[in-house]
This record gives sequence, C-alpha cells and structure tokens, in this order.
Amino acid sequence: MKAIRILITLGGLILIWDLITRLLGLPKFILPAPLLVLEALIHHMGLIAHHSLTTALEILLGLLFGGLFGMISALLISAYAPVRQWVFPLLIGSQAIPVFAIAPLLVLWLGYGIAPKVVMGMIIIYFPVTVGFLDGLNRTPPAWRDLARLMQQSGQRSRFQNLYRLYRHVKIPFALPSLASGIRVATAIAPIGAVVGEWVGASSGLGYLMLHANARVQTDLMFASLLVLSLMAVSLYFLVDYALRRALPWQPDTGHDDSSQRSL
Amino acid sequence: MGSDSQTPPIPTGSSPYQETAASKSGTGVAVDLYLDRLSFGETFIVGDLHLALQQGRITCLLGPSGVGKSSILKILAGFIPLPAKSHLRASDGAELAGRLSYMDQNDLLLPWANVLENVVIGARLRGEPPDVSRARALLQDVGLAGYETARPVQLSGGMKQRVALARTLMEEGAVVLMDEPFSALDAITKYRLQDLAAGLLKDRTVLLITHDPMEALRIGHVIHVLSGDPVTLSPALRPEGAIPRDPAADDLRHHYSKVMESLALSGRTDI
Repeated sequence: MKAIRILITLGGLILIWDLITRLLGLPKFILPAPLLVLEALIHHMGLIAHHSLTTALEILLGLLFGGLFGMISALLISAYAPVRQWVFPLLIGSQAIPVFAIAPLLVLWLGYGIAPKVVMGMIIIYFPVTVGFLDGLNRTPPAWRDLARLMQQSGQRSRFQNLYRLYRHVKIPFALPSLASGIRVATAIAPIGAVVGEWVGASSGLGYLMLHANARVQTDLMFASLLVLSLMAVSLYFLVDYALRRALPWQPDTGHDDSSQRSL
Repeated sequence: MGSDSQTPPIPTGSSPYQETAASKSGTGVAVDLYLDRLSFGETFIVGDLHLALQQGRITCLLGPSGVGKSSILKILAGFIPLPAKSHLRASDGAELAGRLSYMDQNDLLLPWANVLENVVIGARLRGEPPDVSRARALLQDVGLAGYETARPVQLSGGMKQRVALARTLMEEGAVVLMDEPFSALDAITKYRLQDLAAGLLKDRTVLLITHDPMEALRIGHVIHVLSGDPVTLSPALRPEGAIPRDPAADDLRHHYSKVMESLALSGRTDI
C-alpha cells in the first residue's frame, strides 16, 4: 500500500513535469523532459556512478564522525560541569557561522580531496546529534535518578564508577529515543555538507559533476545527477530510520493522531 | 496481552511460618527522625515533628496530598538534606545511607529491560554480580514466576507494581521507604497487593506513605496522621491484630472513625 502510494505520487509528479515541458515548449537546456533525463542517466551511467561513490563516501564518513563526536560531546557536557560551562556555549555560538561561509576556508586548508567535504558534513551533522542526545540525557525521570542513587549507596565503588554505571544502565538507554531523533535529522541534512563542499572546490563528486554540467548547459546531466543524489539521500534516510526503529523496539510510538488504525 | 484472564493470581501473602526469599534482609534497625522546621524556600511545611520507625514494623504516614508526607520520606532517603537543628538516627548508631530500599508510586521499571533485569538493576548499578536465583524466588513470591523475560509494556499496572515490589525487596536494605506504592492501582488489585506486601515486608522496618485510610488500617502496625494547619503529626495509633487486617472488623471501625476525625480536622481550603 505504502509502495503504491509512493509510485502514484512519483508518477504524478513526472507526468506534470512532462506536461509542463510539452505545453510551454521549453528548450531542453532550461527544463529537459523526463525522458531526456533518463536518457542522460543511462548514457552517462559510468560517469555518474563514479562521482556518486565519492559523494556517498563523503556523506557516510561525515555522518559517522559527526555522529560519534556529537555523542561524545553530549556525554561530556551532560556528565561534567566544566565542559558544560566552558565548552557548550562555544558550540552553540559556532552554529551561528553559516557552513557555506567556511567551506572555502576548509578547501584552502584541507585541499580538493574528500577531507574538507567530510569535515563539512561533520559540522552540519554534529549539532543535531549533540542536542538530541543531550536533551535525552537531561530528561532522565528525576524519580529514577533518585532511585538509582539510593541503590548505589549500598555499594562501595568510586564516584566515577557509579556515574559510569548510572549512564550505562539508566541515563543512556533513556536518552536513546532522543538520540535517534537527532540522528534522523542529521541523516536528512547530511548530503548538504558534501555537496556544498564539492561546489566550492573538488575533483570528483556529484556536486562537482552538477556544477560542470550546469556550466556546459548540460541540463539533462544535471537533472540526472540530482536524481541520483536524491535517491541516495532518501534511501539513506529510510535505511537509518528502519535501523533505529529495530534497535529501539520499546520506544513508545503512538503514531499519528489522525490514523484510525495503527500501522507498524 | 492485557486481558484479565492472563493476569497471574496475586499470592495471598506468605504465611508467618514460611521462609520466603524476601525474609533475607539486613539486620533490623529502628529509626528516629526529628525535624525542627521543614520548609522549601519561603514555604513553611511542617515544624517540630518527631517520627519514630519501629524495628520490623510498618509505620504508616497518612495524610491528604500536599501536606508534606513525601518530603519527610525524601529526607529519610537523603534526597532532601536534613534541615538545621534536626536529627536522623538509626538505633545502632550507624549511618542510615546504604541500608535503604525505596518504592515509588510509579513502578519506575526500565522499559527496555525485561522483568528479571529490572529486579536485579540494583546490583547492576553497583557493579556486583546479580543474585539471579534470589530474584527468581522473589518473582515467585510476588506471583510472577514465568514472566522473567517479559517486558514491562506487556504487563498490567498491578503486575508492574509487583515487579517493583520484588525489586524493592531484592535490595537488602533494612529500612524500606514506600511512597504511596499502590495509589495508582484499582481497588481490587490494591487490596491484594497490600496483603502481599504485608507478608513479604515482614521483619523490615517500613515507612509507608499513603493517603488512603483503609490502606493504613489494613497493613500499618503504627499509624500517624499528618494534617492540620499548621501541619501536625498525630500521636501513634496502634490498631490491634496481625496485618493484613480485615477492614470490616469491629475494632477496626473504631480506629477508622478516629483516623477520619483527625483527617477532617485538617480544615485545609486549598485542596
């Protein structure tokens, strides 16, 4: 049912697109018809695949490192007051700088390879992951914190070990649904970093390919690249969303309020 | 899940001669608490309050909501620091911290962990190897044998609170603090759980906070009413007979009217 809905929506959009090009008689360098885009996609298959791999790698590495740094930061901010007081305001301030503005700097410092794109991705991904996880960690029900503290009083262990166990058994599991929300947001915006990085300066990648296609008025190739990029981003999102749902089966999910029946 | 027919029966409480897993507890201890003045910021709650918990007995602190019952329990638990010119003493002179168990009105079960893991969470938090066989025996005592691998979401409210009771008993604390532990349950489940708790809490020093006069009369060895304006603690009421008592018994009716009288004196207009 879900698949049919998606197919109908996509088919409808393509139909409208096709109608627009026919009715308005737009030249193909302004808006190529869907069939022309498909043709370009098949014709440039090898080229697009090569550049897609670069972009996919950048997105995945950015997501991995940005996510890891985000999680570690959230844990440190939540557990240690000095980090919370000194470093956290800095992190929030850093988000006021547009990533687009520092992209040229990153390319200047890190070169034309994939490094500046991964860093761009990290910067974009880091924040939603940190904030999501931190919100979850800060929302441990107070009654549970009290109970855990009382239970730990009869132990003989050090403060650090008790803190570690509190996080391991109570706080982190409680925060996982929030972390999952942060990761979902991060996954959806992850391709931005890679593509912006490629626009500023790159030797390969879908953003690079699109820029060149645009300059040579190969609008059909540009659309084909865009299509592949969207497909990559959407499948990555659904893959991550599926994995997160599988990993957190106990997470309360009441679905949407307007649905008469619960769908899983 | 969720249908009544699947709910396992609640045991009627252990007989006084039967050795249960719950009986294993730390050495008994009595507790003596004196509060000179308890207030939150500018809000005065209660002053000149003296509360004694007898060793191996259930002491009920009965009162309307908002009267400060939970604050007193939180002081005992150490969640709120002891006010100035007040004292909290254990009969053996040692620290009370580390010898307390706590049961909340919410089950506080971890939704991602199964029933058995929830019962042994105390040991996990202390980094000790959990005594799984004792946990199983306690689950048997609360009538939940066979539910070890169930998740909290699969259990009814009464079953969850029974798991919470097993987790509380799993902690070998000599003093058990219970904050309205059965208040969220329906009348029938509550009645059965009171029986169960009365049997399993034998030998422990218990402070039970409640706003239900029947609950206090059923399972309280000693009952204090906390009410009035300014709030005062009533003298100890000691209904006769072993717990759990029959609320319809004649001698209990006399205590019931006494309790109701103290509660009616509260005269609070802000409820």
